[in-house]
Amino acid sequence: MKKGVMRPGHVQIRVLDMDEAVKHYKDLLGLIEMDRDDQGRVYLKAWTEVDKFSVVLREADEPGMDFMGFKCLSEEVVDQLRGELAAFGCEIEDVPEDELKDCGRRVRFIAPTGHSFEIYATKKQTGKWGVGNHNPEAWPRGLEGMKATRFDHCLLYGPNLDETLNLFRDVLGFDLAEQVMAPDGKRVAQFLTVSTKAHDIAFIHHEEPGKFHHASFFLETWQDVLKAADLLSMTDTSIDIGPTRHGLTHGQTIYFFDPSGNRNEVFAGGDYHYPDHEPVTWDAEELGKAIFYHDRALNERFMTVLT
Amino acid sequence: MGESYQITEQCSGQRFPCKAGQSVLKAMEQQGLECVPVGCRGGGCGLCKVTVREGDYECGKMSRVHAPPEALAQGEVLACRIYPLSDLIIECRPRQSAAGHANEYTTTKAMR
Repeated sequence: MKKGVMRPGHVQIRVLDMDEAVKHYKDLLGLIEMDRDDQGRVYLKAWTEVDKFSVVLREADEPGMDFMGFKCLSEEVVDQLRGELAAFGCEIEDVPEDELKDCGRRVRFIAPTGHSFEIYATKKQTGKWGVGNHNPEAWPRGLEGMKATRFDHCLLYGPNLDETLNLFRDVLGFDLAEQVMAPDGKRVAQFLTVSTKAHDIAFIHHEEPGKFHHASFFLETWQDVLKAADLLSMTDTSIDIGPTRHGLTHGQTIYFFDPSGNRNEVFAGGDYHYPDHEPVTWDAEELGKAIFYHDRALNERFMTVLT
Repeated sequence: MGESYQITEQCSGQRFPCKAGQSVLKAMEQQGLECVPVGCRGGGCGLCKVTVREGDYECGKMSRVHAPPEALAQGEVLACRIYPLSDLIIECRPRQSAAGHANEYTTTKAMR
């Protein structure tokens, strides 16, 4: 949070069929529907999040990610960073207040990987769902499916990782927590954090810009990951891989697809990062183990299936 | 019991049954075959693109990027989102053909 960027705040995901998507994100992942707007977008959140929404679904004829937003400490921070983003050379768009319901103005910029990101400081706070702030109970009753606790991070595929690292580190105050290095010294994957989490945003090198690999949601325990896998089988949902453990970040994980082919992850555990930590480095030759710690081999799908 | 159709993948010569209402890709996976690559299974990633050479089928929703209308008209579809209405002959991952010719044996009945 060196520059006042706090956390991943939202992601807008394109889906082919809204009804199927809402069923997936609500009934299976366990997100809570919070609102809809006149564009037909659906707003959802995970139960521990204090802001009104973190996932926005938009029906479109091509799946993928529209943008990911980071919440900042204050409007002053947004103003300051807007100037620094422009000086860095980013294409910037000012998105007015309430373009997303109950969200303040956002400053949107395109990263060198081709992805759209936003920073903002104001969003309606509805508090954690089903539990208060005062003598709160441990968890609310009535959660569905995997009972996802928070939207955690995205992994995105695109080119120009070095420039993108410069942007996130120097302008937005992220740290490089983990990286994968090719024998020629080229960084082919970078996991960045703006908190003590192992990652708040991650990128893997890919020639085609702007591709979406997955949106990830946090669960409490390995047992919850196993039960998530049970639910995927119960609902005949497309699984990519898992349950397993990552080498990178060491999280316990399972990957699957929403009904439009967007990849989701739910995971538990994993490493932490402080600003004085050296980046963790994996060699590209060990990429199989870095990504799937037990199989120690990549499945082709993980590297090539994107939206 | 619902009807079952025979799917033939031309490049590998592999054949497998597909129940009415079942996607061609799912039917292939159930038989343990790998003649069509499996991606997201949701019409989003384009990995399971095939060309239907012969037969009738319904289409589910597919990403317009991987199955644009002009490709659909030529039977270029995603195997995870087609549901046979007759026996089908499919061809996996056709080379980019310069002169794409419409296939008179193929009709798309409906979008579901």
